[in-house]
Amino acid sequence: MVHWSAEEKQLIASVWGKVSVEECGAEALARLLIVYPWTQRFFDNFGNLSSPTAIIGNPKVRSHGKKVLTSFGDAIKNLDNLKVTYSKLSELHCDKLHVDPENFRLLGDILIIVLAAHFSKDFTPACQATWQKLVGVVAHALAHKYH
Amino acid sequence: MLTAEDKKLIQQIWGKLAGAEEDVGAEALWRMFHSYPPTKTYFPHFDLSQGSDQIRGHGKKVVAALGNAIKNLDNLSQALSELSNLHAYNLRVDPPRFSLQFLSQCLQVVLATRLGKEYTPEVHSAVDKFMSAVAAVLAEKYR
Repeated sequence: MVHWSAEEKQLIASVWGKVSVEECGAEALARLLIVYPWTQRFFDNFGNLSSPTAIIGNPKVRSHGKKVLTSFGDAIKNLDNLKVTYSKLSELHCDKLHVDPENFRLLGDILIIVLAAHFSKDFTPACQATWQKLVGVVAHALAHKYH
Repeated sequence: MLTAEDKKLIQQIWGKLAGAEEDVGAEALWRMFHSYPPTKTYFPHFDLSQGSDQIRGHGKKVVAALGNAIKNLDNLSQALSELSNLHAYNLRVDPPRFSLQFLSQCLQVVLATRLGKEYTPEVHSAVDKFMSAVAAVLAEKYR
């Protein structure tokens, strides 16, 4: 089981408390689709993904981004019980969605860049280190039920 | 593949760092050591404490090399040839993609913290592609 120090929990909570799940989620997902265009393969039914502008303005992207980040919030609330919390979601991503777990790492890194752009100097090296650990652990939990 | 637009964006964004290159390099390295402790294994001979002269000096070197690459985007292979040899035969950073991913991530975080909204998805994409291209060239001679 992953151990979280009091300082790490504080760094996670203080950043998360200031995040707009809707804005951040939309932005992170949009950037995933823009920076790593092959990830669009999972979103054939999302409509117009033909350009960065189209992707950023796409309402399905926004709404799905919000869903994804809301789920990330669940992970944060259940740091000591992540594998169980994400058990069903992991099965879903493997059995129904067929998403290569590498994509979880990509999205995690992008989320961190979105946070960095948003929080600027406040996104300190200590903050980044904790969040890199967090996205890594979340990605791992999401991949856990793959077979 | 870097498009003409990518190249323009990269050059523009790098231009905005004028004067701060040393800080950017040092901070990117520091973040990398902090977020990815295994990367420290390549620097046992360094003082890795925050603000150390060696981190600053090396950060400056790294950023200068990237700056040179940016001036030669049409011929990265040649521009980075010496460094490619160094990484393959002397440094043997293992595997090169691995560490450069971490350096790329940390460099981008530094750029994002400094540029905020200006670190648009298009710029983000261009820089990510550029760092991938640099990593590929540095790995060319590994075997």
